Formats: sequence, structure tokens, C-alpha cells
Amino acid sequence: MNIETIVKCLDLNVFSGFDRLKTEVLDGYTGDLLSDVMANSKEGDIWMTRQVHQNIIAVASLKDHAGIILVHGAEPAKDTLEKALRENIPVMGTNLSGFEAAGRIYNILKEKKDATATPP
Amino acid sequence: MHVHEKPIFESSYTVQGGNFDEAGKVASQIKVSLKKLGLQTVVIRKAALVAYESEINIVSYARKGTINVSITPKQIKIETIDEGQGIPDISLAMQEGYSTASAKIREMGFGAGMGLCNIKKFSDQFQITSEIGKGTYLKMIINIENGA
Repeated sequence: MNIETIVKCLDLNVFSGFDRLKTEVLDGYTGDLLSDVMANSKEGDIWMTRQVHQNIIAVASLKDHAGIILVHGAEPAKDTLEKALRENIPVMGTNLSGFEAAGRIYNILKEKKDATATPP
Repeated sequence: MHVHEKPIFESSYTVQGGNFDEAGKVASQIKVSLKKLGLQTVVIRKAALVAYESEINIVSYARKGTINVSITPKQIKIETIDEGQGIPDISLAMQEGYSTASAKIREMGFGAGMGLCNIKKFSDQFQITSEIGKGTYLKMIINIENGA
């Protein structure tokens, strides 16, 4: 499943990385502590956070995340948006809480995984 | 006794303390270099994390610092030398959750007391020394062979 599917399903606002919405989302991670995200998130994750400062772009880029979703109506800070556009990292926003956004994405990912799983 | 091997890559980076706008830039540069060398993904991931957390530590706690990277076919060595306040109690600083970070740093999602623990966890060898009022030295080795 790619970012575009999540954007449509959750009606996300796309701030940057417009031409990278076909990027495959492998899994997800939620967290506002950057060290936690650095240590425990994985390549291909969609990362949900409430942090809006520009260091989130460095973290997403270093971890090869599929993209970032800012939750609870958060919007990227001006320099964050500039950096995201410059580095072409998809940053999206939603009015949903982190809990609800993560829950919905979890279900979508699980459905897709179940659908593609080979029967025993 | 380690067999001395000629480095296939060496570089040195300066990090300014307090400059959160640029934080992560050096780690990104290091990651790009490691990718160009064609190293295994798992090794690159470990090194990127170690470089990132080391860089954040300099930005958060020191006036300035240097990150040296030296790579041989067998290992990646990352050293950081900073000019800063130093760490009074290293064993305390190594405890997960312990942090002396300011409120400003914590608000940004740093200073959770995980940085040094993560550096140690993701390194195959880890060494730390510190002198009060002078600064802190970190040395991390990440093995390339048996990197998984």
C-alpha cells in the first residue's frame, strides 16, 4: 500500500513530497521522542508525530521513512516545510488524534497484508 | 590486538553546539557516504543512528565538537570529541531515562535520556570518557563483517 491510499482513506492534507505519494508504506510508527523513533522505527514506516520542528525531517530522512503524518491538526513549522520540500520528504497532516490516525492506518495495513497473504 | 587496516574512507565534521536547525546534517552526510561505499543496509542503519545521537549530544550539551569517521573493510569507527561541560557521573548518564536536558530541548523531543543508551546498544564497541569543564570523548565501533 502506498502513501496515496492512506491520504485518500484518512483525507490527509499533503504539505510536501507531492511526487512521492506512490512510495510504499511497509509499516507505521508513532512517537514524539526522537531518540525512540531513531532506535525503534523502521525503513518504510509512516511516522505519526506531534513534533513540527525541522529535526523531524532529518529523522525521517535518516530512517528512510515513507513519510510523516502530523496529528491533531498540527502543521509543519515554516523551516520544517521548507526543508521537507527541499528534501522531497512527504509530510502530511490530519485533524485526527495520533491514536485514531494510527488505529486506522494499522487496520488498512492489516487488511492489505491479510489480502495478499498466501493461504496455508 | 587489532590488525591495522588501511581506511577506505576517512572524514571529519564540525558540529556547532546549540544549533538545532542544523542538527542531523552531519549524520545525513555520513549516511550518504556509507551508501556510496555500498555497505550493508543494517550496518548503515546502525552507523546513522550512532552518528545522529552523537551529533545531537554535541548540539545539546557542548559549545562545539568534532565527529571523525574512519572506515576499513572490517569496521566503521566513529569518534566524537566535544568542548563542553563534560559529564560528572558517566554511569548515571548511561542510565536510560536520566537526562540533564533543558525544558527547551525536551520540548523538541530530545533529552529523553535515551541517546547514550542507544549509541551503546547500536555499537559493537563503545567507549566514553569525560572531563568536567573540558568535554566528552566517545568512540564507537560498528563491525562490517558479521554486521547483522
